[in-house]
Amino acid sequence: MALIQATNITKNYRVGDLDVPALKGISFAIGEGAFAAFVGPSGSGKSTLLNLLGCLDHPSSGTLTVHGRDVSTLSRNEAARFRGEHLGFVFQDFNLVPVLSAYENIEYPLLMVRGWSPEKRRERVMKMIDAVGMTEQERPDQMSGGQKQRVAVARALVGEPRLVLADEPTANLDHDTAYRILNLMKTMRDDFGTSFIFSTHDPKIMNEAELTFVLEDGRLQTEGGVA
Amino acid sequence: MMSTFNLAARNLMRYRRRTMLTALLITLGVAALLLFVAAAGSFKQTMVGSITDSMLGHFQVHRKGYTASIDNLPLNMSLQPKAVAKIETALKAEPEVAAYSKRVKLGAMFSNFAENTSIRLNGIDPAAEDATVPALRERITEGNKDGPLVERGKVLIPELIAKGMKVKVGDTVVLVVTNSSGSVNGKNFTVGGVLQAVTGPGGRDGYIDIADARDLLRMENEEVMEIAVRLKSIDDLSAVQKRVSVPLDEIRNKEDKPATELHLWSQLSPFANIVAMIDMMTLFIRIMMVAIVLVSVMNVMLMAVYERIREIGTLAAIGTQPGKLMAIFLSEGLLLGLFGAVAGIAISYAVVGGMNVWPMVFNFGREQIVLHPTLAVSEVLGVLGLSIIVSGLASLQPAWRAARMDPIQALRHV
Repeated sequence: MALIQATNITKNYRVGDLDVPALKGISFAIGEGAFAAFVGPSGSGKSTLLNLLGCLDHPSSGTLTVHGRDVSTLSRNEAARFRGEHLGFVFQDFNLVPVLSAYENIEYPLLMVRGWSPEKRRERVMKMIDAVGMTEQERPDQMSGGQKQRVAVARALVGEPRLVLADEPTANLDHDTAYRILNLMKTMRDDFGTSFIFSTHDPKIMNEAELTFVLEDGRLQTEGGVA
Repeated sequence: MMSTFNLAARNLMRYRRRTMLTALLITLGVAALLLFVAAAGSFKQTMVGSITDSMLGHFQVHRKGYTASIDNLPLNMSLQPKAVAKIETALKAEPEVAAYSKRVKLGAMFSNFAENTSIRLNGIDPAAEDATVPALRERITEGNKDGPLVERGKVLIPELIAKGMKVKVGDTVVLVVTNSSGSVNGKNFTVGGVLQAVTGPGGRDGYIDIADARDLLRMENEEVMEIAVRLKSIDDLSAVQKRVSVPLDEIRNKEDKPATELHLWSQLSPFANIVAMIDMMTLFIRIMMVAIVLVSVMNVMLMAVYERIREIGTLAAIGTQPGKLMAIFLSEGLLLGLFGAVAGIAISYAVVGGMNVWPMVFNFGREQIVLHPTLAVSEVLGVLGLSIIVSGLASLQPAWRAARMDPIQALRHV
């Protein structure tokens, strides 16, 4: 069974009296362990699609199943729970909590979302810190962009999600750092079996992605692939 | 390593100066309220103590209607011996009653053989009066302070009359009264002592032995006009009032209506109005403190939510439940209120301690008052609780706003 199954999903935004379509009937499937990218120009619907996959928004029509669950009708609390249990996020601006150290940023989903025991958390967080090559005491304001994104990747993976959604994860990184982060994500995928889905127009990601979906004007130009 | 309160504390310290300024505002509000309550409480306690311990007692029992015309000291509205006996039985049965004193009150003409003036006389049993109003003795400025309050043939006169009539201890004076049947009677007395003035009614009150008072009035029965009662603790006043009122109501007149009435000190002294005013001022200061805490905490929390919209979006995206988000911001508000209030309480204790080491003295009317403020634990806990509750309420709306924020919009926020 595919990790993600999207069938004819549409998304309209209400602007004044007008319904503006952002996605116009998209169908695709993505399997376990994918390293896939949604690419396309600005306004093509990449971010909208990523929001739907991340259960941050609902499709206007169509069905969307993630990890075997129809996520198109989840309530606010159900969606939060689903995200906390099955999804990880990596953001363009890293979005670390500035008052927390690297360790605490990584620990946050386990403590505040999953409620793991201290011993279990410690073991898991240290494993992730080792995996991304960070030290635990650093604060975000003491880290470089690459280090912040490493911590963000570790935070996304610490809860062992099946899927990590990354919105332009290399946009604010220099060339070498961007490659190191992409390689890190690939290693993580290989080590933990987690699927990575990117929204990007960064050629580096497009080259590294094993499956690429091209979006244009809310329509999928390359449809229905299973990685 | 990290909990909701820990995270909240760190978020507060993110904007250290703003947090400190807001906490300082709360601190000042709490300290102002507690210091006012402590100083006003001390003033109230001193004044109430002075009034009840040196003059009124904690409550008084009269014949029905007596207090309505108490200014005229009516002689025909006395409690008859039968009623007095029943009242005494009721008072003796009440375990919280420490002492009581029967008084014969009368208006008299005071003469030093050269001039006349009016005087309000209290005929008392010295021992019972001493037990009921123990501070009366402390008001004796001239004369024997250690013996009985008054002896037969002697009169304690107020300072006002002593000065005005130029009489001193040992002088002979004449007291002339008109009794209930209209006969005039006069008797020589020796001035046994001079009483310091006291705030409120009683400034022209003199004291003679109850037997002398009855002699002057040619009273055949052992009637009394007033029974002043002292309790073991003034805090039990309303409970004792309720209990004692039951047997007193059973004392009936010919029309089968209650023949007696019970009045608390607060119903007999105009100082009760000042007490009510102080209580009102305390209430207003309390409201001001609530407003300070409410506005300052709400302002800080609204700014905190506005400044951290992207962070809220991130936390929501990675699966933080709306309730948990709300708890994070609520905790920040509560901690801010708690920190400000605790600092305010610490300052209040320090200032109150200082005021007890170096007491404040001021004059109120003709009395000199020394303030010995204290902070009741219940008051401190009440103010602490109020600050925390108000801080929580002030954080509620910002926290709710954070919890209900759309993660997509929040993540897009610049």
